[in-house]
Amino acid sequence: MSGKLSRRSFLKGSVAAAFSVAASGIPAGAADSRPDQQLATLIDIRKCIGCEGCVEACRAVNAGRFPNPKKQFPTMYPPRVPVEDWSDRQDVTDRLTPYNWLFIHRATVTVDGEETEISIPRRCMHCVNPPCVKLCPWGAARQYENGISQIDSDICLGGSKCRAVCPWKIPQRQTGVGLYLDILPSLAGNGVMYKCDRCYRRVSRGELPACIEACPEGVQTIGPREEIIRRAHELAGEINGYIYGESENGGTNTIYVSPVAFDAVNDALETGKGRPHLETVSDVMAQGNNLVSAMVLAPLAGVAAAAGKYVKQIRRPAGIDADSEG
Amino acid sequence: MRIRRAKGMKSNALIGHGYLPPMIQRLYLVLLLFLSLSGFGQMPIFKRYYIADIPGFGWLAKFFVTHTIHYLSAAVFLSLAGFVLVDFWLLHRDRLTVTVSGYLRGGLLAGILLSGVLLVIRNLPGYRFSPVFIIVLDIVHLGLVLAFFLIALACLVLKKKWTKFL
Repeated sequence: MSGKLSRRSFLKGSVAAAFSVAASGIPAGAADSRPDQQLATLIDIRKCIGCEGCVEACRAVNAGRFPNPKKQFPTMYPPRVPVEDWSDRQDVTDRLTPYNWLFIHRATVTVDGEETEISIPRRCMHCVNPPCVKLCPWGAARQYENGISQIDSDICLGGSKCRAVCPWKIPQRQTGVGLYLDILPSLAGNGVMYKCDRCYRRVSRGELPACIEACPEGVQTIGPREEIIRRAHELAGEINGYIYGESENGGTNTIYVSPVAFDAVNDALETGKGRPHLETVSDVMAQGNNLVSAMVLAPLAGVAAAAGKYVKQIRRPAGIDADSEG
Repeated sequence: MRIRRAKGMKSNALIGHGYLPPMIQRLYLVLLLFLSLSGFGQMPIFKRYYIADIPGFGWLAKFFVTHTIHYLSAAVFLSLAGFVLVDFWLLHRDRLTVTVSGYLRGGLLAGILLSGVLLVIRNLPGYRFSPVFIIVLDIVHLGLVLAFFLIALACLVLKKKWTKFL
């Protein structure tokens, strides 16, 4: 993949991103965010050597935004509310945590008959229609026009609904920080959720996300989604490989290309808390959104029923209305 | 226009002056119940406070289930609203008028529906609102619901009806 072409495309897209970030405070109406305007990344799994250069760069660039909780944490009621404290384990890099928004997922798979260890950079997929953003009850999660989804740590109450509705359970919680401490710390909220926001500030300045810039192998490429999808298909065609992320959850802005089928990769991965799977994912928002047509037709059905009742009423012979009130 | 009274029709402080069939009145109350449960279920509170542990209430902790039920209930509610509004205008406006508390409740319901419609649009792929507007929408939707239930409770206690005879 051509780095020059990618960078040019990326800069073109980041102009839109800059406007998006600048305009984000405007309480305006709906803005179009068609998938073809969003920036996506292509991750060529073959190239990743698992050096964790991207992980270190991510941690260095975002260190100032990591949580800094004050202990003791408020006693939370009821007692079943879990304390999630990573402040004493900030150096963990083999999974997602509030202090580690990107990690290298390793698996041993068979490639061309040979057992090979593959390394996969894992972070937020930045869904085209992100459930974490759409279903946050507090509006703490947002999506920029360039497709970046972000959790606002100043507003998030740490209820972790974003993690519950995320097909990959990406956001990670740190207890003892955030707005909930100023409201009802014992009764509502539980900290702040953290995840990759694809270096939205750097992107708004026309710079590359830190993980992409730091990678010595050029594993990731960023550009307009349409172009990234096209390049992913070209690459998959060249290596007889497989694509993940194009249609998962209705489409994401993180596209993996692998020489091994993703169900085999997923079987070889250690998955669980903070270590997301690579399973096929249907669009979790689709069921609700498919009901929108019913919501559009529903009032018309009510109006039609009332009109039908009216017609029936006026056609009724006058004598039958003897017991009516009037 | 002369109006036929439905069989078993009674005056109901929650609904109006008794011109709506009991079935419609019960449907309205059931919809309010499901809309409020599934609506509050959008916040992660039912599991935290053991309500989802009550047999039969486990669905309240499943966000996509509450999301779908909220949409379905809203669709039926919109249908009911369309029916009641047009039915009133065609068959009852010459003998009934809407009371002040009726306008108040109707206005609150209209606000809830409007903010709900905007939130539904926000959830569609390809639509994005500014972050500040989303926060305002969420707060307005929830605030109007709370205001509606407070007013509805007051109307129930004070026996205030939606409509009165002209």
